[in-house]
Amino acid sequence: MSDLRELYQEIILDHNRRPRNFGVPDQSNRTAKGHNPLCGDIVTVYLLLEKNVVKDIQFEGKGCAISIASASIMTELIIGKTEAEALELFQSFHDFVTGDDAFELADELEELKALSGVRDYPMRVKCATLAWHSMAAALDGDGDTVGTE
Amino acid sequence: MTEIKRGGSAVKLKSVAGGFDLDQIREDFPVLRQKPHGRKLVFLDSAASAQKPRAVIDAIRYCYEAEYANVHRGVYWLSERATEAFDGARETVRSFVNAAKTSEIVFVRGATEAINLVASSYGGTFLEAGDEVVISHMEHHSNVVPWQFLRDRQGVLLKVAPINDDGELILDQFEAMLGPRTKLVAITHVANALGTVLPVQDICEMARSRGIRVLIDGCQAVPHTSVDVQALDCDFYVFSGHKLYGPSGIGVLYAREELLKLMPPYQGGGEMIASVTFDKTDYAAPPYKFEAGTPHIAGAIGLGAAVDYVRSIGFEHIAAHESDVLRYGMQRLAQIESLRLIGTARQKAGVISFVLVDVHPHDVGTILDQEGIAVRTGHHCAQPVMDRFGVVSTVRASIGMYNGRDDIDALAKSLNKVKEFFG
Repeated sequence: MSDLRELYQEIILDHNRRPRNFGVPDQSNRTAKGHNPLCGDIVTVYLLLEKNVVKDIQFEGKGCAISIASASIMTELIIGKTEAEALELFQSFHDFVTGDDAFELADELEELKALSGVRDYPMRVKCATLAWHSMAAALDGDGDTVGTE
Repeated sequence: MTEIKRGGSAVKLKSVAGGFDLDQIREDFPVLRQKPHGRKLVFLDSAASAQKPRAVIDAIRYCYEAEYANVHRGVYWLSERATEAFDGARETVRSFVNAAKTSEIVFVRGATEAINLVASSYGGTFLEAGDEVVISHMEHHSNVVPWQFLRDRQGVLLKVAPINDDGELILDQFEAMLGPRTKLVAITHVANALGTVLPVQDICEMARSRGIRVLIDGCQAVPHTSVDVQALDCDFYVFSGHKLYGPSGIGVLYAREELLKLMPPYQGGGEMIASVTFDKTDYAAPPYKFEAGTPHIAGAIGLGAAVDYVRSIGFEHIAAHESDVLRYGMQRLAQIESLRLIGTARQKAGVISFVLVDVHPHDVGTILDQEGIAVRTGHHCAQPVMDRFGVVSTVRASIGMYNGRDDIDALAKSLNKVKEFFG
């Protein structure tokens, strides 16, 4: 079970049990749905963007522990960031879960490192990035459902 | 020089003697020796694609090593041998489903292509705007989407017969849907996500008495039970080779000869013609009319070997063994607290679908994988079924002839670990 502890670290199990910023906000001006065709999971991300800064972000949907935890951690990191910073964060996270072990995340992204186990499970990378794709699409403001392909 | 024995039919079938010998069957499937993550492989995903017995692997290998050339073309020795083996496979499949003639057996890529062929060629020609196609709520997407194409292209109406909470077709409601404009029933024999066995004999009788054509998707049925298309009196019966322990990329469309004669070709090319000029082409007779291009020669031969293998074990033995494992599995899993079985029909074959409360199927699948257990997680290409039961996806353990009660025990034990992990 030791390998599994790598994938399902306590931080992930905790975020899965008690996802932060989970629900539909009263106020939002950007939203996008992410769809993982592999499992049919859908995660919707709601953003409140004011003067190019993310004032609030919430998400809802069904997903596996990896996708829910990743979405939950994402919301905590994104609040207060500018649009450009949020997209840069997405890029860093994407490189982190798809790249090689040498890729290091900045210290402020410590919680995301809990998702490093995903690198050994190529089928699960889509789970980890689902909400991030939705967040980026919401910032783009096209409002369409995005896939993970 | 020793001549290599032709695969399939020439293979020694020790498993036949003395009924069903599970250890011998497992010996017949080389892949079962693999050790995922250092564990014994417990393969419970045969409904997605079954593993291949040595007889099939040998038949394909023999085809390429000793009798491969294009078929129905060459006048030379090797091509004659390849043609003989390929035609022999068609005869094997004919006898497997008890079709009246080999001309009624069309080789296709798989059941998906077979259904698309029927929708496009038969549906495109004989169905008009306002005509109805009736399917069930538990069809695989491959028996939904081709009919939606037809609906969108030519205004055919698609009607969906409901199922009950156990995942059984509600037969009287199905029958009530058969109206004067119903031209075709396209329905599964065994539902892939639930394992429900449908009363296809009754369905065919209901349809036939009203002059309605019937297509049966037999993908999940042919690995578990013998099929007699003449006794069923269906118009079309389709299945894929790879779920029947044969290769992928080969499948079968059975259709009545008189229909195949009336239907236009699906694709144009070589093999399907009688003569070609730039003004006009005369088509070959069925089945060749529907087999444009060089076929999957080794695939057909491999499928023939798979049929020979399955028949050598015997469906009476396979069905008895598998239903014991299935019944044991349903009982064993029902005892796990917070496990919900999806699909509890009285007549079932091969499939146990379930969810664990509060644990996503993909997390279950990943943890089981670490234990060497292969199950399918997801919507099983049957999203309307998932919607019907209010879930996005399920875990599906499916049973092949090589599975035993020990595999169920391993599954149940690991599911308890999953619960501990996420508890």
